[in-house]
Amino acid sequence: MQDLLSNYYPILIFMALAAVITLALMVVPLFAAPHNPDSEKNAPYECGFEAFDDARMKFDVKFYLVAILFIIFDLEVAFLFPWAVAFGEVGLFGFWSMMFFLGVLTIGFAYEWRKGALDWD
Amino acid sequence: MFNDIGLILPELVLFLGAMGLLMLGAFSSKDATRTVDFGAIILLLVAAVLSLTQSQNGYATAFNGAFVVDGFAALMKALTFVATAIAILMSRDFMAREKLARFEFSVLLVLAATGMGMMISANDLIALYMGIELQSLALYVVAAINRDSLRSTESGLKYFVLGALSSGLLLYGASLIYGFSGSIEFAEIAKAFQPVDGQLPIAMTIGLVFLIAGLAFKISAVPFHMWTPDVYEGAPTAVTAFFAAAPKLAGMAIFLRVMLTAFPDAIIAWQQIIIFVSFASMLLGAFAAIGQQNIKRLMAYSSIGHMGFALVGFAAGTQDGVSGVILYMTLYAIMTLGTFACILSMRREGGMVERIDNLAGLSQTRPFMAACLAIMMFSLAGIPPMAGFFGKLFVFRAAIDAGLYGLSILGVLSSVVGAYYYLRIVKIMYIDAPSEDDYQPMPRELSIMAGVMAGFALLFFVYPAPLIELSNGAAAALLNGAGTDVVTGLLSRP
Repeated sequence: MQDLLSNYYPILIFMALAAVITLALMVVPLFAAPHNPDSEKNAPYECGFEAFDDARMKFDVKFYLVAILFIIFDLEVAFLFPWAVAFGEVGLFGFWSMMFFLGVLTIGFAYEWRKGALDWD
Repeated sequence: MFNDIGLILPELVLFLGAMGLLMLGAFSSKDATRTVDFGAIILLLVAAVLSLTQSQNGYATAFNGAFVVDGFAALMKALTFVATAIAILMSRDFMAREKLARFEFSVLLVLAATGMGMMISANDLIALYMGIELQSLALYVVAAINRDSLRSTESGLKYFVLGALSSGLLLYGASLIYGFSGSIEFAEIAKAFQPVDGQLPIAMTIGLVFLIAGLAFKISAVPFHMWTPDVYEGAPTAVTAFFAAAPKLAGMAIFLRVMLTAFPDAIIAWQQIIIFVSFASMLLGAFAAIGQQNIKRLMAYSSIGHMGFALVGFAAGTQDGVSGVILYMTLYAIMTLGTFACILSMRREGGMVERIDNLAGLSQTRPFMAACLAIMMFSLAGIPPMAGFFGKLFVFRAAIDAGLYGLSILGVLSSVVGAYYYLRIVKIMYIDAPSEDDYQPMPRELSIMAGVMAGFALLFFVYPAPLIELSNGAAAALLNGAGTDVVTGLLSRP
């Protein structure tokens, strides 16, 4: 039991330190930082949509497009991680399989670029 | 490893070709639609020839048994690819006149064909799912290709939502089957799926039912047919022509492969489901089409009915039955493409017309088109000596041999009911007086296609042996697991 708890000792220290730093960062600005609030500063975001509004609003399809394109390349990285970890074992075939996959993604990227999906205006 | 790549050569050619065409379309300075269409047709024909030559290797698997190449896969893939190529050819004039001509259409069809090829050759549950999704994603997009039309986008969205639901059902069934058999490979599942005292474990039966539901959706068999009329009506006509032929061929092929290679001993479990689905599809196809005014909607119900007839042979579960299904699907694809070649020519001064009444008096204004459409209608109704009759003859004979008398009698009766609405179109064309005489002339590709298909349907009875032997060879290859060389077997015939 003693051993088990002592194994977790660093985590206890970590949590205590995190609590102290967080509290400090919240308390110190109350005294040190300048206070000049205006309506923009009080808004949740400086740009983008209102956080609390009717959900059935119109929004520009460009946001949607960017999100979709982001997902593709985000997922690509998710495939690259296990491949990179097992790189020593997958051999030449594994290497070229991933290169092929990246090539296909690049073709998709070239297509959307030519089609103007990346132009904001 | 290189052996594996040799086995997926048709799909690889299609895939790399589609990438090349996409880049060609995106980077060419002027409109590349015609070039890309032409390239896509060539690619599909090359892939069809490649997959036929593969049948000479006999039975072979690639990628640790995930992908199988045999005589059955070779024949079904070749048919699917050719049907896709014909659909692209027939779409060109329509897409250009409707201002829908985009090079992406052909690229998407080639990608869908790649998915269909992978689906037909799937030999485990993951490969099956991957092929189905690759096919379906492209199909959802082409259904909505007329993105400024509310009906086209609605049909795309409906197809997508229902398709996603059916994929969910299929995956749920696959996970149950995997959980209880311990393998995703069809051959291993077949070993694990042995009935004990004539009973299957209940969870496996549930998994099987879900899998069948997912696959029945893809071939639009009742009770999973709801999407078909709306999607067929809403999608642009050229897209409907494609939907009615190639994906049905591929869907039926994988349905046969899954049931007969993964669950051969569980026939007591799936036979009764197939009998019900077949029975319901034939009845709905016969009765629901009667009241239709829109010819695309009518063709949707007609395709549901035809899936029911093909499933009659499937329900028999014998080699003759499988051979009948292959023959039926081949003839169905030819008849359907021929019919759509005529429907795509229903163009007046003001644009396309889709109502059946618009065909009134067509025999006087456009005699060639009326003759082709009439032959197609007779053939779809299954009236001898047209090709459609032989399709029905072979599936019903197999069902009778397997002792399915009730299903066969019902099939023949619903075929009689179905004849009513096919013959009504002939009556409208030949007996009713024409209302206006402003049909535009048939575009050249379409009149050639309609003529060739009608000639085939009319003259099939003169020399039916090659197609019947191809079907027999493919059925034997599927059931025996051995390589039956469908092509050279045919060529070396005395």
